Amino acid sequence: MLKVTEANVAGEDPWQVAGRTFSSRLIVGTGKYKDFAQNAAAVEASGAEIVTVAVRRVNVSDPNQPLLMDFIDPKKITYLPNTAGCFTAEDAIRTLRLAREAGGWTLVKLEVLGEAKTLYPDMIETLRATEILAGEGFEPMVYCSDDPIAAKKLEDAGAVAIMPLGAPIGSGLGLQNQVMIRLIVEGANVPVLVDAGVGTASDASVAMELGCDGVLMNTAIAEAKDPVMMARAMKLAVESGRLAYRAGRMGKRRYADPSSPLAGLI
Amino acid sequence: MHDDQTVTIRVNGEHRRVRAGMTVAQLALELGLDPDKVAVERNLAVVPRSTLGDVEVEDGDEFEIVTFVGGG
Repeated sequence: MLKVTEANVAGEDPWQVAGRTFSSRLIVGTGKYKDFAQNAAAVEASGAEIVTVAVRRVNVSDPNQPLLMDFIDPKKITYLPNTAGCFTAEDAIRTLRLAREAGGWTLVKLEVLGEAKTLYPDMIETLRATEILAGEGFEPMVYCSDDPIAAKKLEDAGAVAIMPLGAPIGSGLGLQNQVMIRLIVEGANVPVLVDAGVGTASDASVAMELGCDGVLMNTAIAEAKDPVMMARAMKLAVESGRLAYRAGRMGKRRYADPSSPLAGLI
Repeated sequence: MHDDQTVTIRVNGEHRRVRAGMTVAQLALELGLDPDKVAVERNLAVVPRSTLGDVEVEDGDEFEIVTFVGGG
């Protein structure tokens, strides 16, 4: 049994995905920030070792625009290329093939969306893309619905992590589906990360207390009034939620139970 | 090829005329891009980074040149 010290909060409770070991259980996005400098400061404050990034056309008419890579060094922080905005398996696969060529990444975040209004995943296309990508040597971490059966099928198809939504992307509504998330965690043999829906620090703690291996978020930090401070809050929330999970919470009672002895009352 | 030794291609959806015989790496440099920071797709097939300096641009080619941007 590990002794809980400051050291093992940060360093001695690592997790693994696709054979890579990370200390931080918080993955952060790089969208919606005021500028790259604020984004980089938030990543630093979050302690994240992995950031999600999108793949888009370069601006040929203004090639001297600053690049994300100039602010967040892909040699120090693991870039996790995503397929945000893709609505078919083919689009997602095409995007990730390009991402792999841009930097040699095989660890990727797959998301195939069903429609623009809810950004809810299309699980049929997602499963199809997972199979094809795994066959091409990719290691897809897969954004998915909170469906324990679909989660197992993704795992069988080669997903290296299962990433169910807690609420719609960018909604900040918190985990609406704690029962299903817990069932997915119990059934999975690969890491489970809540991806989407976290709004504030307590939401991240809830995800970790359910036994998730990590949390992925973007808007909750980027749209906070002080993104860098919120990034730090999320780091602490993920760590405290993880510790609470490992510590094992007390049982719930229906009535009061005094903490002070009843004997010896004057 | 046109009479003036140029070819017509499309880059990220925009038509361009470039010198015939130019390589993809030269095309990227001419567009002001660092070939190490982009990935190139030519007619829907990824051009491996190791061959950017060998593959020549041909008339009618359609290129997508992408990089990483902020995203969630």
